Amino acid sequence: MTGEMEVKNNQVRSMHPQKFAMWLFLVSVVMIFISLSSAYIVKKSVGNWVYIDFPSLFQYTTVVIVLSSISMHFAYISAKRNNIKNIRIGLGITAMLAIAFIVGQFNAWGQLVENGHHFVGNPAGSFVYIFTGLHVVHLAGAIIFLFIVLVKAFKYKVHSKSMVRMEMCTTFWHFLGGLWLYLYLFLIFNN
Amino acid sequence: MSVTDIHLQEDLAHDDHHDEHHEQGFVSKYIFTTDHKMIAKQFLITGIFWAIIGGGLSIIFRLQLGFPEMSLEWLRPMLGQWITPEGKLDAEFYLALVTMHGTIMVFFVLTAGLSGTFSNFLIPLQIGARDMASGFMNMLSYWFFFASSVVMFISLFLETGPAGGGWTVYPPLSALPQAIKGSAAGMTMWLVSMALFIASSLLGGINYITTIINLRTHGMSFSRLPLTIWAFFVTAILGLLSFPVLLSAALLLIFDRSFGTSFYLSEIFIAGEALPNVGGSPILYQHLFWFLGHPEVYIVILPALGITSEIIATNARKPIFGYKAMIGSILGIGFLSFVVWAHHMFVTGMNPFLGSVFTILTLIIAVPSAIKAFNYITTLWKGNIVFTPAMLFSIGLVSFFISGGLTGIFLGNSVLDINLHDTYFVVAHFHLVMGSASFFGMLAGVYHWFPKMFGRMMDDKLGKVHFWLSFIGIYLVFFPLHYIGIAGFPRRYYSFTSFETFSIYGDLNALVSIAAILTFAAQFIFLFNFFYSIFRGKLAPANPWKSNTMEWTTPRFPGHGNWVGAIPKIFRWPYDYSKPGAKDDFIPQTVPYSHTPESNLEHEEELTKEEDLTGVEKVN
Ligand code: HEM
Ligand SMILES: [Cu+2]
Repeated sequence: MTGEMEVKNNQVRSMHPQKFAMWLFLVSVVMIFISLSSAYIVKKSVGNWVYIDFPSLFQYTTVVIVLSSISMHFAYISAKRNNIKNIRIGLGITAMLAIAFIVGQFNAWGQLVENGHHFVGNPAGSFVYIFTGLHVVHLAGAIIFLFIVLVKAFKYKVHSKSMVRMEMCTTFWHFLGGLWLYLYLFLIFNN
Repeated sequence: MSVTDIHLQEDLAHDDHHDEHHEQGFVSKYIFTTDHKMIAKQFLITGIFWAIIGGGLSIIFRLQLGFPEMSLEWLRPMLGQWITPEGKLDAEFYLALVTMHGTIMVFFVLTAGLSGTFSNFLIPLQIGARDMASGFMNMLSYWFFFASSVVMFISLFLETGPAGGGWTVYPPLSALPQAIKGSAAGMTMWLVSMALFIASSLLGGINYITTIINLRTHGMSFSRLPLTIWAFFVTAILGLLSFPVLLSAALLLIFDRSFGTSFYLSEIFIAGEALPNVGGSPILYQHLFWFLGHPEVYIVILPALGITSEIIATNARKPIFGYKAMIGSILGIGFLSFVVWAHHMFVTGMNPFLGSVFTILTLIIAVPSAIKAFNYITTLWKGNIVFTPAMLFSIGLVSFFISGGLTGIFLGNSVLDINLHDTYFVVAHFHLVMGSASFFGMLAGVYHWFPKMFGRMMDDKLGKVHFWLSFIGIYLVFFPLHYIGIAGFPRRYYSFTSFETFSIYGDLNALVSIAAILTFAAQFIFLFNFFYSIFRGKLAPANPWKSNTMEWTTPRFPGHGNWVGAIPKIFRWPYDYSKPGAKDDFIPQTVPYSHTPESNLEHEEELTKEEDLTGVEKVN
């Protein structure tokens, strides 16, 4: 979406303002996780740290979230091609995968406890809960957004000429998928 | 323009359906408004409210510091149990007072009150937009701030008092509710309030950046933006990058306080008993906090500097000296402010080598700051200065910025800071360079844009009296604090009477307190002037300060949408004051070069060929 357009009687440069605002929002989310990552590294370098046994479930939830990104993209492409039925299918599958992911993360916390890492205890373990918890909080926000788009899709309001919400939702979704991959790798490599 | 865009336009038009033709109801006009001008006023009024409270609190603790023997029995009706049976101020309440004073002033007055007011008010008006990119988000931003204010305000009346760990709320003190009263419920509410505040700042900041980048009117390139807008822009970016970090810091603190985690806690004994927490580090909090905290001080000062640039150029009737250098230094300050945070932590036992690195980085930041100061002075130099109250306050700001900035260079040297850290010298430093300078910027802005905000003029004489009393008063308050600091007075101490060596400074402390009371009293002149003028001030002319920026092309009482008819186009930079050959001593940004052949420079004459004059009236 480049070139100039009029929104509310105003010259708009480069990008749709709402999409632009969305990107800025993502920047602030990135800052939260960067600051926590550096807190993690600083804390680790101070010592008094324990080794974490990561829940095996994390491997499965990782697959699930990657799949959800694929189905999200399927919905996005269907919207571009005005395939209304496939938009609904794509979004529906994405929503279910997302819920499966959250349930998986929750059970992974159970595994963490079994492995002896409680939320209250050595910060090495607490950080894992913080990272995963915050990620899920953001994902919950994304699911609400997804449902809004889904409702719009049922009202025939998502199609190739009305893509802003769909695009924003897709961006957010891929972002959260990528964020999880980053967090998982970060935790494994800094264990 | 693709088809998608056209459709989206319709969508937007539906989303933001504001009726300009119907009378708005009271609620949608004054309370849940999406008009950036009204939201700005909401921020301003709330900011003023907080400034009175924050100032009032400081008067109470200045009484204690200046007159430690005095009976404060007469404050009992207001403070109740916080006055001890002997008629003294409760020592823990003293800590709560300084904490609340700092929090309120830094965040609620000089961040929300300043950026919230002027970014909101000026960004659309000065770049030629009908409103912010999202009026709804803008409204949310105010109401988050309001909610945050309510929580903080209620915490003042808790039985255990408001937060008491200093405005930086360092753990472990702040993390252990049993440590002092001020770490109990008051601290919880402080954290909740700050979380809401951060949400408000982010919503506002995202909107400011989006608006500036996307909604500029025709011809308003970045190289023609007024410096106010440049300053608000960089401020918003700083906020966007640093407030989330404060949120992380606060989040971990909340978990330590309420859920028993040990991010910041390790091996602590309270009343001889060991706490279970091990493995945490309080220094971690300081890193996170100051990574926000240092950019935050620039979030506080940059808008004030932007406002000042505009006012000084207008009232010196000269182009701002070094426009590009000003932008460069704003950007430079913005960047550097992220790499100096550890100068607040020289005494945390950091590696001396690391200390030197941060010393050097800190001293580098003095360079862009000094460039700005020089540019103000050179702009004033040989100008036809018009001493409006706004101009006086702007010049006052420059004075404070210089005298406070100089002491920053002392503090930036780790070797000196080891002596000066946590003394009144630091207090003097930041009250001049940040507190007073930014406060003066805010007042200057109010005096200058009052005619646009309320369509009326403030009283000039009262404004000048207000200026002189404040200016002299502030120096009387903060200058002596340097000596007190060098003498070794630590900050945040309830009383110094039990130290024999300090008694010779008793008189100086009393003087500071008297000056503080007078300065505070002088602010009521402003309050009277402000509220009286809203209703009874002289009606403002269209362009009272003969200014170039485009907010003065709107009607006296601009409606929602700012301009009637099309938005004016922009043809030149905002600082064509006293241009040789020109008929007037100012040429507004909306005047094309084609209309001013008498004053065009060579390259400007070239530009006349490319100007698109459709819709531009020739005014003579
Ligand atoms: C010439 C540039 C500056 C330098 C080199 C500088 C340096 C410093 C240093 C080293 C400290 C730490 C002192 C200590 O705690 O021991 C400090 C404190 C502080 N500075 Fe600056 N500063 C400069 C400009 C500013 C500006 C422009 C502002 C705000 C607008 C500011 C606001 C503050 C504040 C609020 C504190 C105290 C925070 C606290 O401990 O409560 N400084 N400064
Ligand atoms: Cu600093």
